Amino acid sequence: MADGISGASGTGRGYLAETGLRSWAFSLDHKRIGVMYLYTTMFFFLVGGLFAELLRLKLMTPGPGFVSDKTYNVFFTLHGALMIFLFIIPAIPSALGNFFIPMMVGAHDVAFPRLNLAGYWIFLAGIVVVIASLVRPMDTGWTFYTPYSAKSGAAVTLLSFGLFLVGMSSILTGLNFIITIHTQRAPGMTWSRMPLFIWGMYATSVIQVLATPVIGMTFILLAAERLFGVGFFDPAKGGDPLLFQHFFWFYSHPVVYVMILPAMGIISEIIPVFSRKPIFGYKAIAYSSMAIALAGFLVWGHHMFVSGMSSVAAVIFSLLTFSVAVPTGVKVFNWIATLYRGSISFESPMLYALMFIFLFIIGGLTGPFLGSLGTNVQLHDTYFVVAHFHYTMMGGTVMGWLAGLHYWFPKMTGRMLSEKLARRAAVLILIGFNVTFFTMFILGYKGMPRRWAEYPVQYQTMHIIATVGSWVLAAGIIVMVWNFTRSLYRGEAAPGNPWGALTLEWQTASPPPVENFEVIPTVTEWPYSFGRKGAGDA
Amino acid sequence: MKEYRTYLIVWASLVVLTGLTMGVSYLRLGVGNAIVALAIASAKAALVGLYFMHLRRESALVRAFALAPLLFLALIIFGTLSDTLFRK
Repeated sequence: MADGISGASGTGRGYLAETGLRSWAFSLDHKRIGVMYLYTTMFFFLVGGLFAELLRLKLMTPGPGFVSDKTYNVFFTLHGALMIFLFIIPAIPSALGNFFIPMMVGAHDVAFPRLNLAGYWIFLAGIVVVIASLVRPMDTGWTFYTPYSAKSGAAVTLLSFGLFLVGMSSILTGLNFIITIHTQRAPGMTWSRMPLFIWGMYATSVIQVLATPVIGMTFILLAAERLFGVGFFDPAKGGDPLLFQHFFWFYSHPVVYVMILPAMGIISEIIPVFSRKPIFGYKAIAYSSMAIALAGFLVWGHHMFVSGMSSVAAVIFSLLTFSVAVPTGVKVFNWIATLYRGSISFESPMLYALMFIFLFIIGGLTGPFLGSLGTNVQLHDTYFVVAHFHYTMMGGTVMGWLAGLHYWFPKMTGRMLSEKLARRAAVLILIGFNVTFFTMFILGYKGMPRRWAEYPVQYQTMHIIATVGSWVLAAGIIVMVWNFTRSLYRGEAAPGNPWGALTLEWQTASPPPVENFEVIPTVTEWPYSFGRKGAGDA
Repeated sequence: MKEYRTYLIVWASLVVLTGLTMGVSYLRLGVGNAIVALAIASAKAALVGLYFMHLRRESALVRAFALAPLLFLALIIFGTLSDTLFRK
């Protein structure tokens, strides 16, 4: 794809050569900052997962079980809040985005390296505040709905402040990425030659910059409500509790796309490489990312259908909600069209990418049940919702994230993963995932409400099945973490380009040198021209 | 020197517009009060953006990025109003 770079396959330590705490903590290298984000978010993935296992264990019995109902509230609040705010939102953009955006556009670093480091430290400061706020157990659920959150005895104000800081870091990261993509592209890399991961990250960054200030503001209002009793959300003082939900979802719905768009970008990278075919419909995939980002801002009301929102607004939001399905469908069809008659090889990144498509389709197709007003009233706040968003968020984003980690592990560490272990983990995760969450579709359809600590005994069998599934899932994650840890020290040395990919990050040594490229490459073709050399741009 | 003169003129206009907002609030225009106040505020914001934030001399792309958040503000207001205006 590019001139001016040698087929590097170094076994040196690259950007990892320097050691010691200071070399990491004060590094301006986007790769090191990305790795720090990776470790931080992965830690919270494991902690959040631990809470999931605890609350599944509690739900094996319909009665009180091994913890009190109050403790159960704490479990699901922590599981949700940690997973959403400290893992799934920052995981792909901040960790993999930081590491790979500059490399994939052919730059030495992001546009503002110091701002990038500041973003990480603000993120960490936010985490410290969040953890400090948990001294008094948090029981509001991750959505902090008023009026309960305005009155709960938990340290909601402090938690809001912590999440405000995390949000600020998210804005800085998004801003940095937009400017990097606009100004740091290598010569010859036109907008229509950008890798699709970059397109996904661009759309993501736009959402981060535009939506995150709204949640920051909402947290300030909530804090003012708690500290000074202003009454923004209190009807007795002329406020409106639904206003909180409008503000909350104006951020939190678009943020669903902050979670999924980067994962879709990763899938768009992996599918053509492991099918050895040019990606089908490059421009359609690129523009659909932008379309999803914009449509994501129009649909927040579908979280509030049964909250007491006006029926006119409900109808408008229901109609708009269906519009998101169009660009999403475009992407899925294009991935499948890329696979068609491809020369497919099933290495671990591809396995996770295929799992993404399979699980995300199930998650996607159960969306319209919830977006339609009639069925929404039946299914609202049941396990059907829990199953739906775990299929999209975990089946989608987490699988995309894992696909990306397996795909880029050789580049980031200079070591290959054990394929055998990776496959075993993938099989366990796929089985465990479906046993856990498909069961929840049935549970929800039968009327099991979400968030209940105790439930009628007729649901117990399904709950036991789901809990056993969660053990299989956990086993898969453990095997995967073991594979990462082991390969970090004892994996085979990775060549510069083990998968034969054409994007720029593979055209330098593994692990990459500090400045990414000896000479900034000149791009002459788009990055998916497999099997048709010199065919030009799409 | 010419720079400073422009800034001083803009500053003076902002002061005048603030006075105007105060003056209009004494008139009884009904709904018109809110409309006039918002119009004056928008004019002031435009002046600050164009002159003090130098948007006047920026490229179309930068102006587009500066305007985009306003559209999203309009969107959130519109969405929330579509709910509150029709609530029974």
